[in-house]
Amino acid sequence: MYAVEMRGITKRFRNVVANDNVDLVVKRGEIHSLLGENGAGKSTLMNILYGMYAPTSGEIRVQGRSVTIENPLKAIELGIAMVHQHFMLIEPMTVAENVVLGYEPKKNGCFDLKKAIADVDKLARDYGLFVDAKEKVENLSVGTKQRVEILKALYRKAEILILDEPTAVLTPQEVADLFKVLRQLKESGKTILIITHKLKETLELADTVTILRKGQVITSVPVGEMDEAKLAELMVGRIVAFDAEKAAAPGEHKVVMALRGATVVKEKRAVLENVSLEIRAGEILGIAGVEGNGQTELIDVLTGLQKLHGGAVVLEGKQLPSARLTPRAMLEAGVGHIPEDRGKRGFVGGFTIAENLILGYHRRKEFDNHGLIRIKARDAFAERVAEQYDVRMDSIRDTVGSLSGGNQQKVIIGRVFAQDPKVIIAAQPTRGVDIGAIEYIHAQLLKMREAGKAILLISADLEELTKLSDEIAVLYAGHIVDKRPAKEYDEKTLGALMTGHAQGVEEKEA
Amino acid sequence: MTASKTQKTTGLAERLSHNNVFLSAAALLLSLIVAGLVMLIAGYSPLEGYAAMFTGAFGNVSNLAQTLGTATPLIFAGLAMALAARGGMFNIGIEGQIIAGAFPAALVGAYVQGLPWFLHIPLCFAAGMIGGGVWAAIAGFLKNKLRVSEVILTIMLNYVAQYLAEYLANYQFKAEGMLVRTETILPSAALTPLVPYTRLTGGIFVALAFAALMWWFLARTTTGYEIRAIAENPFAAEAGGIHIARRNLLTMFLSGALAGMGGAVEVLGVHGYFITNMTSGYGFDGVAIAVMGQYTPVGTVVSALIFGALRAGSTSMNRMTSIPGEFIQVLQALVILFVSTPGIVRLVLKRRRQKKEA
Amino acid sequence: MEDMLSIITSLIAGSIRVSIPIAFAALGGTLSERSGIINMGLEGTMLIGAFFGVVGSYFTNNVWLGLLTAMLAGALCGLLHAVLTIRFKCEHVLAGVGINVLASGLTVVLLQMIWDTKGKSAEVASFSNISVPGLDQIPVLKDILGEVSPMLILLAISVVGVWFLLYRTVFGLRARVIGENPEAAGSMGINVYRTQYICVILCGILAAMGGAYMSIGDIHMFSRDMVSGRGFIALAVVIFGGWHPAGAWLGSLLFGLAQSLQYRLQSGSIPPQLVQMLPYVATIVVLIFARGSSRRAPAAEGKHYYAKGEQ
Repeated sequence: MYAVEMRGITKRFRNVVANDNVDLVVKRGEIHSLLGENGAGKSTLMNILYGMYAPTSGEIRVQGRSVTIENPLKAIELGIAMVHQHFMLIEPMTVAENVVLGYEPKKNGCFDLKKAIADVDKLARDYGLFVDAKEKVENLSVGTKQRVEILKALYRKAEILILDEPTAVLTPQEVADLFKVLRQLKESGKTILIITHKLKETLELADTVTILRKGQVITSVPVGEMDEAKLAELMVGRIVAFDAEKAAAPGEHKVVMALRGATVVKEKRAVLENVSLEIRAGEILGIAGVEGNGQTELIDVLTGLQKLHGGAVVLEGKQLPSARLTPRAMLEAGVGHIPEDRGKRGFVGGFTIAENLILGYHRRKEFDNHGLIRIKARDAFAERVAEQYDVRMDSIRDTVGSLSGGNQQKVIIGRVFAQDPKVIIAAQPTRGVDIGAIEYIHAQLLKMREAGKAILLISADLEELTKLSDEIAVLYAGHIVDKRPAKEYDEKTLGALMTGHAQGVEEKEA
Repeated sequence: MTASKTQKTTGLAERLSHNNVFLSAAALLLSLIVAGLVMLIAGYSPLEGYAAMFTGAFGNVSNLAQTLGTATPLIFAGLAMALAARGGMFNIGIEGQIIAGAFPAALVGAYVQGLPWFLHIPLCFAAGMIGGGVWAAIAGFLKNKLRVSEVILTIMLNYVAQYLAEYLANYQFKAEGMLVRTETILPSAALTPLVPYTRLTGGIFVALAFAALMWWFLARTTTGYEIRAIAENPFAAEAGGIHIARRNLLTMFLSGALAGMGGAVEVLGVHGYFITNMTSGYGFDGVAIAVMGQYTPVGTVVSALIFGALRAGSTSMNRMTSIPGEFIQVLQALVILFVSTPGIVRLVLKRRRQKKEA
Repeated sequence: MEDMLSIITSLIAGSIRVSIPIAFAALGGTLSERSGIINMGLEGTMLIGAFFGVVGSYFTNNVWLGLLTAMLAGALCGLLHAVLTIRFKCEHVLAGVGINVLASGLTVVLLQMIWDTKGKSAEVASFSNISVPGLDQIPVLKDILGEVSPMLILLAISVVGVWFLLYRTVFGLRARVIGENPEAAGSMGINVYRTQYICVILCGILAAMGGAYMSIGDIHMFSRDMVSGRGFIALAVVIFGGWHPAGAWLGSLLFGLAQSLQYRLQSGSIPPQLVQMLPYVATIVVLIFARGSSRRAPAAEGKHYYAKGEQ
């Protein structure tokens, strides 16, 4: 007996085929991994199952019954629940209010908050998910928020749980906790579907894996028959080189940019406190940390987007006066910025590729003739950079918003690297980018390192961090709690340090 | 499909414009039809009304001149709204900025003596631009400093400008006589009608020149590029070293300066002095015109001409038929609503097509 | 001393009276914005309410039926705004501007049709004050609340009603969720559009009641563009009141005080134009101070929500 059978599912968006005659069969009580690259059609398929999209054609059976799922409400009625990658939570409201939403307990026609809290507390205890029902969601850690999302599903008596990239934002410890919870749910008879592009997780957690590529199912097999290399090859469609050995960059590795005792205060709380670090020529300094521990502020300080409340920024031996701590001054001084959220900080979606390729450098003499744009010079430059950085496009007059994530990122990287920066602040350079583009971006970063650039790399992907960095500093609660050559770390110790679970951290905190 | 989920910030201009001339034309037509239906329900004959309007707007040379003359301040009002929107801001305070431009222009026109016309007129324009620009910049400044929505601010400033000008025209600068108005401007500051007894003056050419200037500014200058970038994605603009607060202030100043020019042209060309209520309704006309013109300078000029015709026509409709001229406001509201909801227009077009096929 | 007291009591009584229209509109605006829809059309909706209050009262000679007519017209304005912004994804500000211009034109056209004038309507039946049992016995207080308009009582009921709706009912919980994150609500199977439609229509009814108070509560006629910016002031009050119904009323009272002072000053030596400027300047000043409060706008306010299958 199957929990879910999806047969011959096809989904077209205008002229794009997101799912092409896809079959997915999930056994009751198993953990099933839906593996594929970005854009392979995993999320589309799950959104169809959850009633967010209607399939163009195909049949769905849930617990053996043929069904049409018009909307999420219907999905919930069928016992299907989804934990989205971007949590669907209302930050200023309590856990209880969030969990009961849509199925609120009532008393005399009014919303019964007391019963909601009691119900949610009991549910949390029953499943060993430790959450305070009265706490406001905005005060919770990312891992706890995810538990609230799972509670929402359980409250709706879901039998089939879909999790979209559940580990993307978690620390290794939180991942371990999550896996424990998921295994426990499986024991109690729930069926679990996880959407992921991470091979190790699939191998560790899942019973069965279905691999999608370019909207089609490549295979569906028990995980026991698989290993990492096999999975990667099936997912990408070719053999993937996992390790790129990097040689030491030539030349003298002197300090190009440094922070001395940098402190940033937000809402009366120090989000960055007494942070000192040095970025050296020909080296990559990696920053490890759980999101929200000061990375964004660190990036913003180094790129001039955030004023300092204490300490100093030093560039090539000279301390910068606070008037020079602006984005424009930093760009002019040769500090290139690859923003962590490219849709927000990185590009102007409605502008053309050419217009985006000069953003930040548009006041330079080569593009600006006494206040007028040098359109010919700009377009020639854009053609050259777009080609050099392999941006797949029809014309430099296309808007950047119309490009794929990988190509958008290449536009940003091309823009920064083409200006021959002294320092590169690279934040999450490969987030939401397909494997081909990841390999390319990694190679480009290493090339810049060899060319003697001083690079700061901030990434949530610990594999990426340990692979590319020469040295890694761990950021926790606004402090640098540890700093060592990258070779001395493994993912486990990094994870412990990132969550403040290591020796020495407590002392520094106090 | 995860790629499409990455956060995307769409700018105001992008959300507003649909770059579709056809859509604007269809929306205008739909508005005329619906307004006609309203007339019919109200017991008037829409045919008679529109006929009177048409004659009033295009019937003879002097009517046509009146249309163009009426369109002149409207071009400025529309450009003011359009420029602000291209810079990411809703400037609903055009009316107040027209007043803030008209008043100093009238004073410079009346009290600065001994200048030849080719210096006096530009000086009045400059006074108008500075007046309107500063008035709008107040809203820009408060928005930057205090993060208050510019929409409510500019509307409040409309009322403040209106009462302030009324006060000044009633006390310090009151001209002799019954009317609440300022002294008449000197002949050296007056724009003379191109067609006698109409509103049409050389001001129309100034308006067209400013439309061309605005296009050039947005498309060709680095500052124009910065302003557009802020409208589309302020976060990326900031990371790109663009000083948002300064640019917002500039956008508002320029937008207000355009509105102020409208006021100055109206004073120099039509009234010869500042008088209360001389600008009534121009502000919201400007909104409708910019919306219909899809926020481009060319589109704005074209829709200002259409609105000039409607306004000129409605005056004669009011005179020649029993239909109240306020129908123009109903029509104007419908234009705003239909152009900014392309969905409605598309729906209507689709229905028609389906009917035809059936 | 006695004189001072009577000045203060009449000032307070005056403040309460003139705050009524703004309070109704701000209450409506609060409800609408909590569900994520900014209603810039409050001004026009009030004008429509003021006009149809008079129309209803004129034709039925019953002021309560006049109020009912105004509420129906307001519901239609709300429905129009909802259809434009929710169904057709019109930019909220533009939908509001459109409704305001429409109301301004339409009321004059109808004024001409019914009363053959463009200035003022005929005089109609209007609300007269009623005495409040209990309160009219207490010294000092009786001068303020002893005799009040029945619409003040309706306002008090509406404030409590909107508070109850938002904070004590399932509907209100859902509306607040939608204002923060409509996608989350949609993913939990909640009908986002229906909830928003109801909130915006209720907002229209409340704003129209505020308008009706101006024409058939305070005086007994309609005059052209009589709302003169109160709808926009109400929008500022929504912000100042922290998107809370009680805050909306308190904020309105503050404006009532400014306006009440204005009437008092008008009899003095200050030029009337400067005095008339007062409420608008006060609004700007208040917006400057409102920024200091910790309350923030609903996160999804003014954004469009696309249900499945759209776009």
